[in-house]
Amino acid sequence: MTALPSTLVAGTPDAVSLAASGAVQERAWLLVALPLAGAAILLLGGRRLNRWGHWLAVALSWSAFAWGVLLFWSLRGQAPDDRSRSLHLFTWVPAGNFQLDAGLLLDPLSVAFVLMVTFVASLIHVYSVAYMEHDPDRRRFFAYMNLFVASMLLLVLADSYVLLYVGWEGVGLASYLLIGFWNHNPDYAAAAKKAFIANRVGDLGLTIAIMIMFATFGTVTYSGVLSGLDGASEGTLTAIGLMLLLGACGKSAQFPLQSWLGDAMAGPTPVSALIHAATMVTAGVYLVVRSGPIYESAPTAQLLVVIVGAVTLVFGAIVGCAKDDIKKALAASTMSQIGYMMLAAGLGPVGYIFAIFHLLTHGFFKAGMFLGAGSVMHGMNDSVDLRGFGRLNGVMKVTWLTFAAGWLAILGVPPFSGFFSKDKIIETAFATGDGARPWLVGSVALVGAGLTAFYMSRMFFLTFHGRKRWPEDAHPHESPLLMTVPMVILAVGSVALGGFLAFDHTFLNWLEPATGTAHEEDPVLAAIVIQGATLALVAAGIALAWARYWRAEVPATAPAGNPLTVAARNDLYQDQVNEVLLMQSGQYLTRSLVFVDNRGVDGLVRGSAAAVGGLAGRLRRWQTGFVRSYATSMTAGVIAVVLGVVAVRI
Amino acid sequence: MTPVQHLAFLETGMHRTASEAGFSAPEVDYAAVSPMLVIFGAALLAVLVEAFVPRRFRYAVQVPLTLLSLAGAFGAVVWYSTTGDHLQTAGSMVSDPTGGGVSTLEGAVVIDSVSLFLQGTLLLLAFLSVLIMSERNLDSGGSFTPAASAVPGSPGEEQALRAGFCQSEIYPLLLFTVGGMLLFPAAADLLTMFIALEVLSLPLYLMCGLARRRRLLSQEASLKYFLLGAFSSAFFLYGAALLYGYAGTVRLSGIATAITVPTTDAQLGRDWLMLTGIALVAVGLLFKIGAAPFHSWTPDVYQGAPTPVTGFMAAATKVAAFGALLRVLYVAFSGARWDWEPALWGVAILTMVVGSVIAIVQTDVKRMLAYSSIAHAGFLLTGLLAVDVSGLRSVLFYLVAYGFTTIGAFALVTLVRDSGEEGQIGGEATHLSQWAGLGRRSPLLAATFTLFLLSFAGIPLTSGFSGKFAVFAAAVSHGAWVLALIGVLASLVAAFFYVRVIVLMYFSEPTSGGTAVVAPGAATVFAVVVAAAVTVVLGVAPSLLLDLTRDAVFLP
Repeated sequence: MTALPSTLVAGTPDAVSLAASGAVQERAWLLVALPLAGAAILLLGGRRLNRWGHWLAVALSWSAFAWGVLLFWSLRGQAPDDRSRSLHLFTWVPAGNFQLDAGLLLDPLSVAFVLMVTFVASLIHVYSVAYMEHDPDRRRFFAYMNLFVASMLLLVLADSYVLLYVGWEGVGLASYLLIGFWNHNPDYAAAAKKAFIANRVGDLGLTIAIMIMFATFGTVTYSGVLSGLDGASEGTLTAIGLMLLLGACGKSAQFPLQSWLGDAMAGPTPVSALIHAATMVTAGVYLVVRSGPIYESAPTAQLLVVIVGAVTLVFGAIVGCAKDDIKKALAASTMSQIGYMMLAAGLGPVGYIFAIFHLLTHGFFKAGMFLGAGSVMHGMNDSVDLRGFGRLNGVMKVTWLTFAAGWLAILGVPPFSGFFSKDKIIETAFATGDGARPWLVGSVALVGAGLTAFYMSRMFFLTFHGRKRWPEDAHPHESPLLMTVPMVILAVGSVALGGFLAFDHTFLNWLEPATGTAHEEDPVLAAIVIQGATLALVAAGIALAWARYWRAEVPATAPAGNPLTVAARNDLYQDQVNEVLLMQSGQYLTRSLVFVDNRGVDGLVRGSAAAVGGLAGRLRRWQTGFVRSYATSMTAGVIAVVLGVVAVRI
Repeated sequence: MTPVQHLAFLETGMHRTASEAGFSAPEVDYAAVSPMLVIFGAALLAVLVEAFVPRRFRYAVQVPLTLLSLAGAFGAVVWYSTTGDHLQTAGSMVSDPTGGGVSTLEGAVVIDSVSLFLQGTLLLLAFLSVLIMSERNLDSGGSFTPAASAVPGSPGEEQALRAGFCQSEIYPLLLFTVGGMLLFPAAADLLTMFIALEVLSLPLYLMCGLARRRRLLSQEASLKYFLLGAFSSAFFLYGAALLYGYAGTVRLSGIATAITVPTTDAQLGRDWLMLTGIALVAVGLLFKIGAAPFHSWTPDVYQGAPTPVTGFMAAATKVAAFGALLRVLYVAFSGARWDWEPALWGVAILTMVVGSVIAIVQTDVKRMLAYSSIAHAGFLLTGLLAVDVSGLRSVLFYLVAYGFTTIGAFALVTLVRDSGEEGQIGGEATHLSQWAGLGRRSPLLAATFTLFLLSFAGIPLTSGFSGKFAVFAAAVSHGAWVLALIGVLASLVAAFFYVRVIVLMYFSEPTSGGTAVVAPGAATVFAVVVAAAVTVVLGVAPSLLLDLTRDAVFLP
């Protein structure tokens, strides 16, 4: 294992990341290899693994988590500045001057992700054992889940943009396969396709960013790119930043590429919890945070990150207020919460830490609520209609309590997890920038908190409180232990993780070596005022929801509503905009290309094919089957060759 | 008089004084020729087995004996090429006479890095072929006729069939032919080369006539191959005689010297002698590789011969013949390269065009593969025409890539069978229409065959791509971009008929019954897996083999 001299990420370009040391770090590739092996075994093993294959997947996911914990301890045992370790795996692309090694970067940021991803994923694996019990394709499901975990870990552990891209595509593939898991339903298959295509648009951005990096810096490793920023013009860095942002928008369902996330709920609910709430969709935030120094050197791109985050956070919140499908409402909420993270990621080093902080807490409470939604669906014949629920608190006590923990956490009610992370984002938004910017960005974040409180309370009350609106054939019941235990564990995280990590700046101190030193600036308003305003808005949101969805009668079919509601139900017409702008013009383009292809290119090809065919028809007549004619042609050939050789001299 | 003594005599006649002319036993470097000794020894032993072992045990004795001897000879090749420093590594195409390789048997045989490389390749290909030939799951008694001497359709044949005989002479024949092939590219003078040519050809003629089914077609193929082979051998021999007349020696190095520095009266002003000789010798070898216009035997023989033999012939004969062609052209004739290059350009172009174009209208899978092999001979000639180290290396690489893929492809052809209405298994279903929809019924076979076809077509990540890239790159780097361009266009045409089979297998409705895929035995499966693995590995990591060819250099 040779030490790769590479400078550390973000803000501290002098620090050198050391070579991985010790068995735990040197075998960190096991983190990716274990679940990958699981996916391979389950996919290749065939039907004979149906009986116990899912337990193998569960075990491998937990063992990846265990290795993550070991890795965490081994890094913790080192001085903060030594916590960035590079692990060279193999020479990947040896192409002349361009040398690309496949390597892992073990630093506080990636390890934080590893812990969250493997822990939440393992819990959801356990949950899925029960949730997917009656599905004939359960083995395939677990194979894809393992594939996802492996890809996600590769994504966060990669030490270069290209290797990250491999993981990036891997999670996209797993997401596609799992959204379309029930692909016998054409709508679900279409949803999978939509997610894939929207992601391709983003991936194109990431690809272009990588190409620009290669053209500019001659390298695509984090250390190489981020330490060479001084040599690049701001215009180039802005271009890279914008392209990376495009990639992030696709993966994280940020405006204007957000339209796929709602449809992605077609996948089994554990998939929504793991991929489309807790982990994959946050990869865009990871990308932006990892590339922090690029954005710091390109203020325009950084500002755009903030704008995208702010727009999406309001956008998602508005959509969330109108959805009657519990999973789509949660998806809108995910979009909005990632908007918060994205906004924070555009606010510099302090923002990075809170973006990741919120990402972790969100991973817990949103996954918990998705699992709760799955549990409700499990008890209600797979119905997702909020208007058909109500008063489930009595029959599904565990689901109700764990959902309540997630609800209070996302609202940011102290001392639940979300309070520590979201409040800090709002404060930072008020503290960053000059002139009107902190006021504008801060207010958006503040209003977002109020909207969040309204739509999440709406969902919570419609599901668990108010009057019973169950369909006649519904017999709601609590889910089995395999499902409730993971929910309880995630609920504990929703309650306590935020406080635990915020206590004594634990998380801040842990992440600082990776994201750069954070200088907290004073917000334009006193912190206590901001907190007070946030809580007041949250209380108002809860009260409004209580009045409209708990106390009042809720009609079984949605009322017509005002134009804003209708627009929100239709995802603010994003699909229609996409259709007119992209799909129709794209179809026009393809049609005209098809025309040119049919008339021009095909004509040429067909013509030459006909010519070759005709030639073949003539030539084959020489193949008569008679030795005498073969010998004749050979003799002619001999004469031709002899003349050919001799003729050169004449 | 053995050929060796004969040659020694010729040598002495030219260069030695009378006092030295007395008979002396030639020096033999037994280590260097040990692979050939193993094979010829095993072949003789196999003949004895045919004579003395009872008929029902013969198969059980012959197959292990053949496999062991091939493996042993391969071991000898590996051992010889990895020990000692007798092989030199140099940058030039022909090493200087002092170093590199071993010239033994009074200079009749040269064991240099090229011969060793080709011998190793030949032995591996032969090993896989024997595995496929020994297959008995498909037809009880194997792919070969139970009684070659019985008239097709006669009561004698019927009896032999019922008795379950098998013509296990195929194994000694194969060993002899392999022995000839080992000698062919290692021969350092034209007479040894001619003898090697005959040693490899005669058993092959016989093997072509031993098909179990469609015996008349098989016998016709055998006879055609023999007649035309004899015809072309005559050209070779006549060419050798003319060259002897010009150079006064049949030794390749001697001819090379005579061409570059003509000294004697016989040489000055007698260029037509030399040029005609070169042309005729080349024709003899071009016949063996199946280059147009000397290719006409190929489709008929490939179609008629028992398929395992076709696979062996297509792969191994091409390797051996290209080895000999390389040696003759590069070592002996390179001084006259400006004279023979234009003619060979013509042959290469014609071969590529004829092979690719006529293959389009074929409806029989074996004939299609035969034309494909003609086209590949053209691509190989393109690499050869670089007349340079890069050309030598690219041809060597291409031969390995092509050889393994070909053996695999023909092995798969043996598995697709006619089936009668009651499901009884018949002969090979070689008509393309019978392959329709195979992808649905036998996905594994169709996928593997697709891999081989893609490799033939030169699609990246297969060995065919690496090989084509190597030969075209070699051609372009020596200004033969016209050849490379025609090669690429021919590949384009060729891709059509390869892909057509893929389309047929995957996107066509199966014809109503009539075709069955038979499960092969472990030996065939092993051979196909190895062929597929080589096809993929050389496509993904061609450097593994290219590194081996890096030191390839001829010893004159």
